[in-house]
This record gives sequence, C-alpha cells and structure tokens, in this order.
Amino acid sequence: MTRESPSPRRPAPRPSAGWARGAFLAMALLALLALWHAGASAARPAPAGAPSIAAILWDWTPAILKGFAANVGISLASALFATVLGTFVGIGQLSLHRPVRWLCWLFTHLFRNAPWLVLLFYCMLLLPFQVRVGAWVVPIPDWVKAVAGISIAAAANMSEIVRGAIQSIPTGQWESAASLAFSRTQALWMIVLPQCVKRMLPPWMNLYALIMVSTPLCAIVGVSEIMTVAADILAANARHDLLMPVYLYLLVLFFLYCYPIAVLTRRLERKFAIAG
Amino acid sequence: MTEIIKEWFDRLYADTGLNFSVFRDAFDAQRFLEGVLTTLEMSAICLALSLAIGVLGAAVQGVRFRPLAWLVDAYIQFFRNTPSVIQLYFFFFGLGPLFTSTNEFGQAVPLVSSYTWAVICFSIYAGAFNVEIFRSGIEAISPATVDAAQALGYTRLGTYVHVVLPLALRISFPALSNNMVNLVKLTSVAYAIAVPDILYASSQIWSDSLNVAEIMNVVLFSYVLIVSVFVWGAGLLERRLRVPGMGV
Amino acid sequence: MSTHSVAAPASASDDFIIQCRDVRKSFKGVEVLKGMSLDVRKGDVVCIIGPSGSGKSTFLRCLNGLVPVDGGTVVAAGHAVHDPGVDKLALRRRVGMVFQQYNLFPHRTVLQNVMMAPVHVLRQKRAEVERRARALIRKVRLHGKEDAYPGELSGGQQQRVAIARSLAMNPDVMLFDEVTAALDPETVGEVLVTIKELAAEGMTCILVTHEMGFAREVADCIYFTDGGLIVESGPPAAFFSQPKDPRTRAFLERVL
Repeated sequence: MTRESPSPRRPAPRPSAGWARGAFLAMALLALLALWHAGASAARPAPAGAPSIAAILWDWTPAILKGFAANVGISLASALFATVLGTFVGIGQLSLHRPVRWLCWLFTHLFRNAPWLVLLFYCMLLLPFQVRVGAWVVPIPDWVKAVAGISIAAAANMSEIVRGAIQSIPTGQWESAASLAFSRTQALWMIVLPQCVKRMLPPWMNLYALIMVSTPLCAIVGVSEIMTVAADILAANARHDLLMPVYLYLLVLFFLYCYPIAVLTRRLERKFAIAG
Repeated sequence: MTEIIKEWFDRLYADTGLNFSVFRDAFDAQRFLEGVLTTLEMSAICLALSLAIGVLGAAVQGVRFRPLAWLVDAYIQFFRNTPSVIQLYFFFFGLGPLFTSTNEFGQAVPLVSSYTWAVICFSIYAGAFNVEIFRSGIEAISPATVDAAQALGYTRLGTYVHVVLPLALRISFPALSNNMVNLVKLTSVAYAIAVPDILYASSQIWSDSLNVAEIMNVVLFSYVLIVSVFVWGAGLLERRLRVPGMGV
Repeated sequence: MSTHSVAAPASASDDFIIQCRDVRKSFKGVEVLKGMSLDVRKGDVVCIIGPSGSGKSTFLRCLNGLVPVDGGTVVAAGHAVHDPGVDKLALRRRVGMVFQQYNLFPHRTVLQNVMMAPVHVLRQKRAEVERRARALIRKVRLHGKEDAYPGELSGGQQQRVAIARSLAMNPDVMLFDEVTAALDPETVGEVLVTIKELAAEGMTCILVTHEMGFAREVADCIYFTDGGLIVESGPPAAFFSQPKDPRTRAFLERVL
C-alpha cells in the first residue's frame, strides 16, 4: 500500500540508514555486557587466584571458532542439498502427472509439519551407521546423518518457496511461451524459472539463516560442533560463574554471523520490490 | 477401546516383532500421553504469551520516544538472529542459578523450573517474530483510517485498540499463523533441558524398551498430526477473519 | 438462436486456412461458446467485434489450442485443433498469437525476445535467426532498441516487439487478441500501422478488436459475436452501413 507523507501525528518511519541500526546494535551489546557482569558477580564468587572469565574465554577462542566452523560447514552442506532437492520437489508440486504431484505434496507437507529436532533424531537413529556398497563397507559419519536431517527439513521449506515463486509469475508468460511453441518444460526452465530466481532470493536467504540457526541442534544428537566445545569449556573449568558468559559468547558469535545476512536480505527485498 | 488397540499391537508384536510399546504397555502409554499434554500445554501458553509480546512490542515501536523503540528493535534483532537452543541454555543454565533460594539444608534450590524457562524462552523468541509481523500489518493500514478514527474522537490508545489492532491482526494473519505453527514445532527443543514433552518422554521409552524405530515413527506421526491440526485450524480461522477486498 | 450464415464470399478453390464449425466451450458449467462457425481464407484480414464477455478472446484462444474445445471442429493451417492428440507445437509454429498484455519476457532484451523461439524451438542457426530478427525489429520501426529491456520501453513499443517476436516464427496466421486495448491512445496508432502493413503484405490476420475505424479500413470480413454465438458477419462496407440484426445495430450505436 502506498501512502502520501505520514500524518504529523504519526512518528516518521524508522530510518533505514546503517547508522541507526549500528547504534541500537551497540546498545544491545552493551546491555548484554552489563547483564554478563551482573551475572558474573551475583553468582558465587570465583575461587581466589583463578583466572578471569575474559582470560578463559580468550584462551578457548580458537577452539570455539573451530567449533563454529563446523556449524558453518554443516549449514552450507545442508543449504546446498536442501536447495537442489527443494527445487525439484517444488517444481514437482506443479507437475502435470498426478502421482508426481501427489508425492511432492506429501513430501513437502510431511516434512514441513515435523519439528527439525525430531527429523534430526529420526535420521540420526534410523539411518544406518554404515552402508555396504559392493565389496566395500562405507561408514556414514554422524555429521552426514545430521546434514541429511536438516537438508530434508529445509528442502520442504525450499519446495514451498519455489512453488510460490513459480505461481507468482503471471500466466501471460506461460501463454505467450506456449503460443511461441515452447514446450512446457522449455517454458519452465528458460522463461519462468529465471524470473523466479530474483523473487526467491530473499526467502532463500531467510531459509539459510534458519538452517544456520538450527545447526546447534546437532549437538543434542551427538555431532561435535560449537555446543560440544562449550560443554568442554564448562567441564574443564567447573566454575558456575562461567555458564552465562560462555553461552553469551556463543550467542554473540551467531549474531555476528546471522545479522549481516538479515540486513542484506532486507536490502535485497527492498531493491526487488522497487525494481519489480 | 484401549483393550482392542492393545490386543492389536500385541498381535503385531507377536507376528512381526514390531514393539509399539506405547500402545501395549500402560506405563509407557501414560508417559507418552503426559508428554503429549505437556507439549500441548506448552504450545498454548507460548502462543498466548508470544502474541501478547508481539502486540505490546509493536505498540512500543510506534511511540514518540525513539530510544524505547530502538530497544525493542535490538531485542528483536538479537532473538531472531541467534539459535533458540542456545538461548534456552542461556536462560536455564546462565540465568537459572540467579533465581535460587536456599532450602533447609542450606543448598540452593532453583525457583524457576526447566518447563517455565522453556516457556519463557520460546515466548520471547516467537514474540520477536510477532513484533515484526504486527509491525508490517500495522504499517499496511492506511493513515486515512487512523485519521478517521481520531476525527471520531478516539484517543491514540483507543485508536490502537479498537481500529488498528483488529485490522492489523487480519492483515498479518497468514504470517502470524505460520509463526504460530513454527512455535508448536519449536517446543520439541525443550528436550535439551529435559522438559518432559513428547520427544523427551519418547526417548525415555525407547531407552527402556529398546524399540527406537517404532517409537521414533510414533513421535514423528504424533507431531505431524498435532501440527497438521493446528495448520487446519489456522486455515479455518483465516477464512473467518478474511476482510473482503483486503489482501490477497 | 438463429445465426446468419457465414458470409465469406465462397470460392470453389478453398484455400481456407482456418475453418471452424460449431465450436463449443464451457467453463465451470457456464457455456461461453455456444456454437461458433467461421471460415478464413489465406490472406484475409478478419475482425471479430462484440461486447465484453461474448466469448471473443476465448474463441481466439481455441484457434491455437490454448483453450481446448468441448465440442465442434477447428481446422487451422492443416491441423485438427479440436483433436486432443493434435501436435500443439507444430500448430503453434504455423499460428502465432499476440496478446493484450504483450507478455514479453522481462529478463531478456528485445533482440533476445525475438530470437528465443526460432533458436530454441525451431533449432535454427543463430546467425541466420539474428539477421532475420534484426530485420523484423527494423520493420516494426524499433531499430536501435535491440539491446533494451522490455521494462525500458513504452506500451506501444513493447507490443510491436511482441508482434516481431511472433513473426520471427514465420507463421501462416497471426492472431491478435485486443492488442491495443491496454495502450495509450497516442501509441495505438503505431501498432495499428504495423498490423496494417502486415496485412498488406498478405499475412492472414484474425483480430479481436474494438478499433472500429481500423476494422472498417483494413478488414475483409467482420464477425459480430454476442452471448457465445456469431450473430452477424459480412464485409465492412455492408456491415457498418446496414447491420441486419438488432443486436448488431444496438452494439454499433453504442460504440460508434
């Protein structure tokens, strides 16, 4: 909905300049820092001579970053498989063959209505830990099963994104392609899907952020990533005032990774909305 | 009725070795049922709380005192861009120890249970999304409507409650119901802090009876069923709330 | 309802490139086409006029198989379009269509829009297609706009690109579905001039249109539809000066 200048009684629209966002981002981090300090001092005091919390976190940072790299790796692998699988399932939801359509619909709705953690458990516990291929026995590591679980869940989301994008292309495009004797497949891949890419980009980036934010769930099913490193830190130090700072550290790390993605997504959304 | 089900599954076990102990064993059945109730209860409470947070947050975002609105923004950005499971650990393990009282033995006893922390955490998480959804719903209302309400004598608060909110709710309903469905799925993460929901109860069942495959399928099916019912209900509600001529 | 007989001047040698008999079509239980019959000779320009909702656009879409018919026969450029097993792709290579909403592919330049179908569908050599495409773009007076995107062009320019795009397939028949209805009055003229030149070169054209002046000037035969039927038809001179059916008279009084 378009509107003229905002009425004087309504406050001006929030500034979209990066500065304002940076300002409240800084405020947010400051507030968290204050919270951390409060927590550290309110909890039982550290034994005398023990290293400071900051020192401990600093020492463990390389390990934490390595754990985070594992999360990033899992998210990228899952995003790749989810995108490919989801695209085909999404296209399949609009197929002219009823069994294909029905199968893809089933896949999408079954895996969209299941919690991601449940799907992770499912893949973790029910996929074999090794596979016999001919003469070889191929072990399937845990992280592969975790990637499979997340990929399936995300593919269902991707399928809906693709289906929505295809259905948002005006029927006139299909008609004119048909009247130029393009086959349905040609029309889909050469004319409709290229136009879909742009409008799928913001929801796709949202999906990636969702995938990234779901990777710590893998620790619950036994994959080593950043949460297992955090558990190691806490076990090694056995200090109660370390709990909050450690988890805060992890939260800030994820925030620093995901927030720029969110900002970029919003910028892309606005750009595509104007360009049309 | 339950006898018939039990007999059927007993026969299944005898014939094929598939042990759906949830239907055969009274104890397992009870644990599972309690898990289902916990999940449903958590979902309902979180739904209500997150909606309230959403409405409140969207209202605060419109005040003239900008720093307050920025604070809400910071809250939203932080909770949307961080993993909910780590948020949960932060609340339970990080903030939990701050809310303790000492019992008669001088030991620290937590005041806030894991269940409560889970509810708080998920409500705040979903609430962050709801604020955004309500905000775009409110922004989609033309200023002319607000002006008309104020010309009729409504105060700012009155306009918000009687005109803006009902309209914003209807406009943002699809996104809202989507978020609510995600919330129901999110409750499974409470497993991480041992809240006895469906997933946790089932994990206890299968570690006792060693029937992982069967129980896992029951869990998947139960969640899909519950979520599907929610989706269907949301669809019904959406159709009832639809304003002719508005939206898609 | 009685229909006047189709008044195409019958000649024994039938180079009827399009023949329709008793075409019927229903959508969701509502009968939109109630039995239309039409004959078009090669090289003819036929205009179909009538009130909104009379089924004109639906009928046009039946001619190239975009809308399957429920009853009757349609033979176009040698293809039995009413047959569900007809080779639609072969049909559409012979029968081209231009739409009211131009429907250019927005992610391709003008030149690419015109070249796409011959290259990918007809599998013709790129260099040859490009040469023809540039000639067509020049012909519709858009020389210089080859590398522009549809979004950068006016409505009239886009419509002319759409015409060039359809012509690139070398069809035998061109169908025009209210191609000037979405244009500003100033740009309508440039599109009609293009169509007029096309007709003068001998292309068989079937237009659904509201442009009475154009119809009177260029058409060989005019068909008036109302309520899913062809009510009256005839050469423009007779049609406009002495309409026989009262419905035709009422319609012409309204629009002229």
